[in-house]
Amino acid sequence: MVMGGVATTGRKVRWGLVDILVLVFALVPVLWVVSLSFKTKDTLTDGSFIPVQWTWQNYADIFQTSEFVLALINSIGIAIISTVIAVVVGTMAAYAIARLDFPGKQFLVGISLLIAMFPQVSLVTPLFNIERSLSLFDTWPGLILPYITFALPLSIYTLSAFFREIPWELEKAAKMDGATPAQAFRKVIAPLAAPGVFTTAILVFIFCWNDFLFAISLTSTTASRTVPAALSFFTGSSQFEDPTGQVCAAAVVITIPIILFVLFFQRRIVAGLTSGAVKG
Amino acid sequence: MSHAVTEAPAETPKKAKPALSEGKKAERRLGLWLCAPAAIVMIAVTGYPILYSIWLSLQRYDLRFPAQHEFIWFSNYAAVLSNSYWWTAFGTTMFLTVVSVAIEFVLGMVLALIMHRTLVGRGLIRTVALIPYGIVTVVAAFSWYYAWTPKYGYLANALAGSGAPLTDRWPSLFVIILAEVWKTTPFMALLLMAGLALVPEDLLKAAAMDGANAWQRFTKVMIPVMKPAILVALLFRTLDAFRIFDNIFVLTNGAQDTSSVSMQTYNNLVKGLNLGIGSTMSVLIFITVAIIAFVFIKVFGTAAPGSDTGGKR
Repeated sequence: MVMGGVATTGRKVRWGLVDILVLVFALVPVLWVVSLSFKTKDTLTDGSFIPVQWTWQNYADIFQTSEFVLALINSIGIAIISTVIAVVVGTMAAYAIARLDFPGKQFLVGISLLIAMFPQVSLVTPLFNIERSLSLFDTWPGLILPYITFALPLSIYTLSAFFREIPWELEKAAKMDGATPAQAFRKVIAPLAAPGVFTTAILVFIFCWNDFLFAISLTSTTASRTVPAALSFFTGSSQFEDPTGQVCAAAVVITIPIILFVLFFQRRIVAGLTSGAVKG
Repeated sequence: MSHAVTEAPAETPKKAKPALSEGKKAERRLGLWLCAPAAIVMIAVTGYPILYSIWLSLQRYDLRFPAQHEFIWFSNYAAVLSNSYWWTAFGTTMFLTVVSVAIEFVLGMVLALIMHRTLVGRGLIRTVALIPYGIVTVVAAFSWYYAWTPKYGYLANALAGSGAPLTDRWPSLFVIILAEVWKTTPFMALLLMAGLALVPEDLLKAAAMDGANAWQRFTKVMIPVMKPAILVALLFRTLDAFRIFDNIFVLTNGAQDTSSVSMQTYNNLVKGLNLGIGSTMSVLIFITVAIIAFVFIKVFGTAAPGSDTGGKR
């Protein structure tokens, strides 16, 4: 389509084969976890890629262990709260960066960049001790704080890139036509900004949902342990059982939101990732 | 992508001042107020702890022996830097970083070209490529773990014969690299694709007219135009790869000398409860990352993303 012009059948077939290769490369590891999660205990070690006997038992089992259910609640709650705060705070900062002239703008951009490159593990030991003394260790806020911090650069970059694209003259025009500033914002600017904000929220959520290092270092019980951290401690509903099937079922459960995001918002995610990162 | 394209040179004449002329002062004040929460959170959660960890790193501070808490200057640094485990972990981390980023770069470029140019199923390919990017690293790591576990795994049964790959050093490192590459190639590809979008079609057509073959067009036209995007992608992935933790934790838990510096720091904290040594490692990792970033920015001339935005508008 782009170069060479003619899309002959031969070229299409060749591209089709390439596409299938990518498809297999990307999907096989995911399908493998799904397959394991549906295998029965007896067939778990048969090594076949497709389950010989299918069962929902592993899913039934994990939803009966408080270890998993609590972790799932923690994961969802912590990721959503962090996302909301990071996006709201990020929106304010990104609006200022994209639209206003003020001292310290470069400073903020610089700080965000530094934090985007910051080795998170460097914070683990000091944060552990600080959170212990502030009684934040093993609490929701104890994880939400670092998540917001590391999500902010992502959120600021992506949002300011989106905000630069908004035709702000429309706001002026609306006001000339007699709209109040509030109306101009609600009827004109908010609908234009919403897709960018939404995209950013998805990216931030994925980031928080994914984190393992903080989740495992700054928690110690089911009070705040998220699913990725809980998975690594998961020993099955009784200790004599092979936990593989249940680990995989839990893994599939936390993969579902990611798959849904990717399926429904592919365009937005691609636009968000590329605009934020290659900016400048 | 279009953002990236239109933005770079677009210093449009309209200086987007707020519609109503409330005056410079009000604008400045508003800007500062809007940025304050973000700046405060970011500095409070990273700046303060890193300073605190420098302070901790100068002390003997082991939570198991609180009585021995004292200021010991640089003894912790001497202890870590003369420890062979640290250097093994450092070497392993460097090895994993260099090898996986190199492979990701090649595969990422291929994937970027596919996503950019494919004639069929472009949306499908982009959707599918996002799955490794989005999936929880621990989940992917478990997938590879079971795939390479004898009896359980399709890969172990098919490729490893009777051996157990995750119980030997080099096979383990190979599996770790495989897991890293699978997970992060799509991200690399997306960044490179944004760079690809900057390559003017006309330029490629002109080169083709002049008789440049596909490879020449790639190396002589595309690569130079994409250079800034390539450097940013490499910088970000290198720094990210250097902090590798999740995959190693699940795949080998650092056994057989496959531990990374992040794993060492974590183990020191959780198993050792030694805050002095842990903080020393934190500071050393921080310095290493700063050096890597410095080398990229000064030596390769990577334009830090965002460094030249702002300002005018």
